Amino acid sequence: MAALTDLSIAEAGEGLDNGDFTARELTDAYLAAMEAARDLNAFVEETPERARAMADASDARRTKGEAAGPLDGIPLAVKDLFCTEGALSTASSRILEGFRPTYESTVTANLWEAGAVLLGKTSMDEFAMGSANITSCYGPVLNPWKATGGDAAGKDLVPGGSSGGSAAAVAARVAAGATGTDTGGSIRQPGAFCGIVGLKPTYGRCSRWGMIAFASSLDQAGPLTHTVKDAALMLAGMAGFDPKDSTSVDLPVPDYAAALTGDIRDLRVGVPAEYRMEGTPPEIEALWEQGVAWLRDAGAEIVDISLPHTKYALPAYYIVAPAEASSNLARYDGMRYGLRVEGEDLTDTYERTRAEGFGHEVQRRVLIGTYVLSAGYYDAYYLKAQRVRTRIADDFKTAWESCDVILTPTTPSAAFALGEKQDDPIAMYLNDIFTVPASMAGLPAISVPAGLSGDGLPLGLHLIGPAFGEETLLRAAGVLETAAGFDARP
Amino acid sequence: MALDTDTVKRIARLARIHVDDGDLPALADELNNILGWVEQLDEVDTDGVEPMTSAVEMVQRLRTDAVTDGDVRDKVLANAPAEADGFFVVPKVIE
Repeated sequence: MAALTDLSIAEAGEGLDNGDFTARELTDAYLAAMEAARDLNAFVEETPERARAMADASDARRTKGEAAGPLDGIPLAVKDLFCTEGALSTASSRILEGFRPTYESTVTANLWEAGAVLLGKTSMDEFAMGSANITSCYGPVLNPWKATGGDAAGKDLVPGGSSGGSAAAVAARVAAGATGTDTGGSIRQPGAFCGIVGLKPTYGRCSRWGMIAFASSLDQAGPLTHTVKDAALMLAGMAGFDPKDSTSVDLPVPDYAAALTGDIRDLRVGVPAEYRMEGTPPEIEALWEQGVAWLRDAGAEIVDISLPHTKYALPAYYIVAPAEASSNLARYDGMRYGLRVEGEDLTDTYERTRAEGFGHEVQRRVLIGTYVLSAGYYDAYYLKAQRVRTRIADDFKTAWESCDVILTPTTPSAAFALGEKQDDPIAMYLNDIFTVPASMAGLPAISVPAGLSGDGLPLGLHLIGPAFGEETLLRAAGVLETAAGFDARP
Repeated sequence: MALDTDTVKRIARLARIHVDDGDLPALADELNNILGWVEQLDEVDTDGVEPMTSAVEMVQRLRTDAVTDGDVRDKVLANAPAEADGFFVVPKVIE
């Protein structure tokens, strides 16, 4: 039998149901793997005692024939952005140093209700601001993959971000799956960099209650997993209406895994001309072409579409997201929780607390956000960006008249070496060029590992669906996954 | 609209982030780089376009105006940097 940590969530669930092993055995296998992979720096806190207790409770339920469903007994990692009662929850920021919430986020509460087991909290870019997991106050997370050739050969690589710890943990088989959050690509980009599946649901599908806020009109929780089916199973466990989040949508949660029929003969797949961008490496273009061919061969109709405002999504995002961040992060004043650095007076205390508590990238975005919201500049920057956002959403609405899903690359490159792009914010922002438009429009999107770069690193393909079209999206992703047959290991 | 160091200082004050005077020029350059890059949005014709206010079309829900999570004083104070007798302790505000 293969190692327990090699099993997908679906396979592990079957094994548990068949009595092949217990949740405790499965959890112990993951805890051992977690210890052995500490050099990745993926976790900010390991919770082995809680994990064992949760696993034992799961075994007790199963023995009584009361297993809660496919996630019962499945060991998961949770991004440090979700508030978990009693467990460190800091958004990997010094300003929340030592913060242990006295409440549980809705998404994690849903997962525990479904029987899942918490292995630990995973590192992330500070306040989810980053694409390389280098802004975490706990230091960089390493990608378990290594390049076999090229400039990055042998070097430590970034796992992507901001959900870099979660992606690295799943890729290294230290967790069966992990929660992430995606504001402009923070699930999908690290998913692609680490060779795993990353799903960002429709805005409103998962409750944001108890998630540490970055940009509230964009933030959305989702799973990072080995397979598309696992993503479907995890999403079903995370999603649902929550009266505590006023933007949570009151729609039933479908059986997402049942949507994976493998049949896409009725689907029209849109290929947007504007995603052919200057400077995109030929191997990314080639993989995209290959993805189109795979879906065509599976019986889908391929449709050329146009999303004319694609190139403006990223600059508009870098107004909207910092603006919302500057407002959301105003709460960190050193008075009620987190770090306090005493100053000469109250204002000085605020200013020194925030100067020491926030890292450089967070400060930069708070300052940009403060500026674009300030008197005299609000219309020129913020309202302009929100109008452009309407244009972007309208592009997609038009596209849905001629297609059912859209296929693009996930990222413009494979994972890069630690230290690269560090001094050029805009070069770092460009990582999200293919993922941000769907975020701006609130649409669901998924990255599926589809092949290896010339240097032996994973590359992802990206599917975008219409609002609440997760079932169609997952169905297409499942076909892509089967066709790609990605089975490379770090 | 390039930012000068005085403007950066004013923004930092608004954002309640202490910035040493010596760091202002480099910070101004960084912010100007980003603001220069986002200016490409001026190319987009947005006349008559409504600003997006919600990522997904929905009607704003209202809840009953009632206490939903009261009586949790100790939980609220649990992470306070300083507390005493059931209160947050903060620096002197009124001279």
